Amino acid sequence: MSKKPQLDEETGVHTTGHAWDGIKELNNPLPRWWVWTWLVCIIWGFGYMVVYPSWPLITSYVKGTADYSQRRTVMKEMADIKASRAPMVAKLLAANLQEIQNTPALQEFAMAGGRAAFGDNCAGCHGISASGAKGYPDLNDDDWLWGGTLELIHETITVGVRSIHEDTRINDMPAFLDDELLSKQEIGQVVTLVMSFSDPKITAPKGADVLFEDNCASCHGTDGKGSTELGSPNLTDVKWLYGGDHASLTETISHSRKGVMPSWHGRLSPAAIKGLAVYVHSLGGGQ
Amino acid sequence: MKLLDKHGALEKNSILLLICILIVVSIGGLIEIAPLFYLNSTIEKVKGMRPYTPLELAGRDIYLREGCYNCHSQMIRSTRDEVERYGHYSLAAESMYDHPFQWGSKRTGPDLARVGNKYSDLWHQEHMAAPRAVVPQSIMPGYPFLAKTKLDYRLISQNLRAHQIVGVPYTDEQVKNAASDLESQVNEDHDNFEGFEKRWPTVVAVRDFDGNKKEITELDALVAYLQMLGTLVDFDLYEEDDPHNQR
Repeated sequence: MSKKPQLDEETGVHTTGHAWDGIKELNNPLPRWWVWTWLVCIIWGFGYMVVYPSWPLITSYVKGTADYSQRRTVMKEMADIKASRAPMVAKLLAANLQEIQNTPALQEFAMAGGRAAFGDNCAGCHGISASGAKGYPDLNDDDWLWGGTLELIHETITVGVRSIHEDTRINDMPAFLDDELLSKQEIGQVVTLVMSFSDPKITAPKGADVLFEDNCASCHGTDGKGSTELGSPNLTDVKWLYGGDHASLTETISHSRKGVMPSWHGRLSPAAIKGLAVYVHSLGGGQ
Repeated sequence: MKLLDKHGALEKNSILLLICILIVVSIGGLIEIAPLFYLNSTIEKVKGMRPYTPLELAGRDIYLREGCYNCHSQMIRSTRDEVERYGHYSLAAESMYDHPFQWGSKRTGPDLARVGNKYSDLWHQEHMAAPRAVVPQSIMPGYPFLAKTKLDYRLISQNLRAHQIVGVPYTDEQVKNAASDLESQVNEDHDNFEGFEKRWPTVVAVRDFDGNKKEITELDALVAYLQMLGTLVDFDLYEEDDPHNQR
C-alpha cells in the first residue's frame, strides 16, 4: 500500500500511487486522439467567439464577423417560401372563389393549402375527416347553418361565430326556461312538436303549434326550416348539432347553446382562408 | 506538462476544489446570464403587453400545479416549420411578466404559446374533461376535476403583490382589488364591474369561461389563461426587421 507511484513491471507503466483494497491503478496517459480532439475544440471555441455573437458589452454585445441572426434567417426563409408561392398566391387572391373552383391549376393549389390549414386549425373541433361531433357541425353533409356557397363559407371562416371579430356571425336564441319565457310543460310540448317535424310517427300535442308560432317561428320560420341568413337551423331534417332526442332538445330550448367558432382573420393569411373555403366546399356538401 | 501535474493538489483537497468550481461557474454565469439584465436588446419593445389579470394569474398557477409544462412548451422557435405551424415566433417581451417563464423544451403535446382564441371555450371544457372526446388520437390525460373544483383565490391579492415586488407593473389598486376583479372577469353583472373595467381597460375577454355560471371553478381560471396566451402583442406594429429586434 505504497503512496508513491511505482513502476508496474508487467506493463512498464507507473501506477498512480493510489491503492484500494490492494488494487492499484495504472497512470496511463490519455489517448492521443482524445487530447487532440480536446485541443481542437478549444481552438474551435475561440473561432466561434470571433465569428458568432459572443461577448457582452456595456449596452450591446459583440455581433461577430458573420453578423449572424437566427431571426433574420427565419425571416429570409419565410420570404423565400413566400416568393416561391407568390405567383400562385397572387392569382389566388385576384380570382374570385368561383373562378378558383373552375380553374384546375388554381383549384389544386387552393385545395393543397386548404387541406394543410384544415388539419392544423379546424380538425381540432370538426375532426380530421370534417365529420364534426356534438356541438361541432359536420362539414361533409349539405346542411349549412350559415350557408354553404363558396362565399358564405369564406365569410364564416373569416369572421367566425360569436368570435372576437367585430363582424362576427351571431344570433341569440333565448334560454326559454332560464329566461322564464316558457314553462317546463310548454317546453315539453314544443320538443314533441319539433320532433314530429322529422318523424311522422310522432304527433304534436295540441296547442304546441301556437307556442312554436309565438316563440320559434320568427327565426326558424313557420315551417321550421330555419334560415341561413340568421344562422337558425333547419328543424325538419334529421341533422342535429346538439342531438335530436327528447332530452337534448329539452336542454337546448331550456338553456340555449351558443356555440363559438373562432375568427381566422389575422391568424391565417387571406390566401389560406380562400384555400380553406375551397377545401371545405369540396368536402361533399358545397352548395 | 508541469501545470497539468498540479491538478493533483485540487483533487486531494475538496475545499480547494469546491472554491475553484465556484469561481469557474460564476464566470460562466456572469458572462452568460448577468448581461441579460442590463443589455438593451434583451426584451423587444412591443405594443400590447399587459400583466395577467387576477383570474388569468390564478389559471396560470393551475397550469403550473398540474404540470402542463411537462408536455407543452410555450415558445415558438424562430425556424420556418414552427412559424408556419404555430404563427409568429415568440418574443422575449411576451414572457416578461412570467415568473417563472414557461418556455420549455419538452413537447409531448403541441406548443401553446399562441393557443389563445384558437378554440372555443366549449372545446376547452370538453377537452379538459375528456381529451379524446374531441381529439381521438390525443394521449393527454383528462382533468375533469377542474370543472368541479371551486377556485381558491383567498390569496390572490398577495399573489399579485409578490409579482409586483419582482417587477411586474401591477398598480396598488389592482393588487388591492384583485379578488373582486377576479370575480368580475367571469361576471359582467358583478357590483364591482365598473371598477374592474377601469383598472383593466384592455381586457376584452369577460365571460363565464367554464360554462357554469353558478361558481368560479379552477376551469374558469385555466381557460381564461389559455384563451389569452399569445394574443397580447400587436404584430402589425412590431418591426421585425428593426436591427434592435434581431437576435
